[in-house]
Amino acid sequence: MAKSPETEHPQKAIGWAARDNTGTFSPFHFSRRETGADDVTIKILFCGICHSDLHCARNEWGVTNYPIVPGHEIVGTVTKVGNNVSKFKEGDKVGVGVLVASCQKCESCQQGLENYCPNMILTYNSIDRDGTKTYGGYSDLIVVDQHYVLRFPDNMPLDAGAPLLCAGITVYSPMKYYGMTEPGKHLGVAGLGGLGHVAVKIGKAFGLKVTVISTSPKKESEAISKLGADAFLVSSDPAKVKAAMGTMDYIIDTVSAVHSLAPLLGLLKVNGKLVTVGLPEKPLEVPIFALVGARRLVGGSNVGGMKETQEMLDFCAKHNIAADIELVRMDQINTAMERLAKSDVKYRFVIDVGNSKLQ
Amino acid sequence: MGQAPEQEHPKNAFGWAAKDTSGVLSPFHFSRRATGEKDVTFKVTHCGICHSDLHMIKNEWGNTIYPIVPGHEIVGVVTEVGSKVSKFKVGDKVGVGCMVGSCHSCDSCAIDLENYCPKVIMTYANKYHDGTITYGGYSDIMVADEHFVVRIPEGTPLDATAPLLCAGITVYSPLRFYGLDKPGMHVGVVGLGGLGHVAVKFAKAMGVKVTVISTSPSKKSEAIERLGADSFLVSRDQDEMQAAMGTMDGIIDTVSAVHPLMPLIGLLKSQGKLVLVGAPEKPLELPAFSLLMGRKIVGGSMIGGMKETQEMIDFAAKHNIRADIEVIPADYVNTALERLAKADVRYRFVIDVANTMKSTP
Repeated sequence: MAKSPETEHPQKAIGWAARDNTGTFSPFHFSRRETGADDVTIKILFCGICHSDLHCARNEWGVTNYPIVPGHEIVGTVTKVGNNVSKFKEGDKVGVGVLVASCQKCESCQQGLENYCPNMILTYNSIDRDGTKTYGGYSDLIVVDQHYVLRFPDNMPLDAGAPLLCAGITVYSPMKYYGMTEPGKHLGVAGLGGLGHVAVKIGKAFGLKVTVISTSPKKESEAISKLGADAFLVSSDPAKVKAAMGTMDYIIDTVSAVHSLAPLLGLLKVNGKLVTVGLPEKPLEVPIFALVGARRLVGGSNVGGMKETQEMLDFCAKHNIAADIELVRMDQINTAMERLAKSDVKYRFVIDVGNSKLQ
Repeated sequence: MGQAPEQEHPKNAFGWAAKDTSGVLSPFHFSRRATGEKDVTFKVTHCGICHSDLHMIKNEWGNTIYPIVPGHEIVGVVTEVGSKVSKFKVGDKVGVGCMVGSCHSCDSCAIDLENYCPKVIMTYANKYHDGTITYGGYSDIMVADEHFVVRIPEGTPLDATAPLLCAGITVYSPLRFYGLDKPGMHVGVVGLGGLGHVAVKFAKAMGVKVTVISTSPSKKSEAIERLGADSFLVSRDQDEMQAAMGTMDGIIDTVSAVHPLMPLIGLLKSQGKLVLVGAPEKPLELPAFSLLMGRKIVGGSMIGGMKETQEMIDFAAKHNIRADIEVIPADYVNTALERLAKADVRYRFVIDVANTMKSTP
């Protein structure tokens, strides 16, 4: 019979887990592996709450293996390193994002695209190489192979920088890959939540004109005065949408609810690109003539490889980009989740793990 | 009230037109404009029958103006050129495709993408600069601005080249634009009809490995032995589709019926591209998850600009690429359209206009 989560590994750990599809969290005792030769052991200080954590906690994608300890926007300090580790030492400020392992042999891994490896292992809710389940950052410590640990830039605040490890790379990667970096071009950001608000900041840092596309008119003044967007389009206003048709070079679609792509595609110029990074659980509707008639494309993107995640962190540090966050304690997590489900956060919750009582 | 088609212009013309949504074509007398200073007038020898013609004669897209003379795969021999025409002379073999006008001032026209000009004028059933309605190539003569005329190289058969003017450019343009033209790549072609069979030939000429994806197992031996495809995948065969997952750099999807995209996206490698050139009239479902988990793309494409249409014709001439056609007389056109609706043609009908489309005295 399999060992229990508490005994399967030698290092004691404590976190908060969801045990069923109500997605309600409570304290959970488990364990982490011994620090291997390539491993870095990290005392977790902060962990961002990503919408994926909520989807998974409530088994909305049908793939959750309970009990689940989510969290893949992890920041902390190194407490121990294995013998082969040269990049990090005790005391370093580091981060861990969405992946903790991949095969290192396939074409994707060889190109630094571990995030497209067919055998990648996610930070939580995956099965690790030793057959045990991976547990994420809603916990006090984590042990990760050095290849999947990021160096946190000195001038980046630990708490506000944590969300960049998922939200940041999720928008940065496609902006680079799909060429959304030509100064003066026009980027639309659909959805103004955790991903969207970071996309606005990164878009401005690339020198783009940025329009936020949202169903909530009350987000407008913040979008412009605080986040730096150039314009705001209320997508439920047909007259305003019509006036904006054919004006955008690219759109990052961060909306995770099911929606039709038709109105967004119409906003794009000829040869325009719409990249979807949200993960709605049902397919999106695409009117094909909107693609064919103007040679537009819809692309996907999923986080980023390790090298470009480090590049993204360094880019954000250089441009003073961090997330806008609301700090919560671990025992407030259920309330935070309920508020997140209603999009009631500006714009990311971050768990102050270091200052929380976990028991 | 506008003038009758026969009187609005000075040159007599004869063609076959549909007069209502039944889509039945019959002889039709009309007229063409005088050869303007930038115009090329040519005697039409052949015209390809495109599936779009079928949609348009029955007003399936809701924008048909009757009477409609279809045909936008038009070839012939120049009989007259305007005083400012520099590229063509009498006796040249030429062709006209889907467009006869554009604005020449927008961002798309500026980069030789007249096909994406918001004011593009289609070869038939559109309003021309002079306010009259355009009539297409199911007719004995054509007058077109030289910008929208392509040269058909010597030694190239006019009849089998005609379909390239729509079908050819429709698949050639995305093969180039989406970068699916590199030797050694693996590209799938969905649908083996007018567009599909030409896509196979172009892709092979570019050095690409080609797999035809079709619902009809009976098309397999032709696809491989005659058209030169490297392999054939029956899309209803779950095992075959499963085995081919993650093997293609790109797919050109020529199917215009509504169909599921997810199995096609699954055939793509990571970073692969699915390009749609058919336009189903209902929206399709796009599973976002399949696109994300491999950073894949679904893009569209519609014919091509004039510069690349000439480039495509020259490429086809150099590589001996021509359409596989069934030449028909003008009075067979209604039967041909019925057969086309049932996909009963290998792979394009071409009307022998010069020999059979004559006005009865």
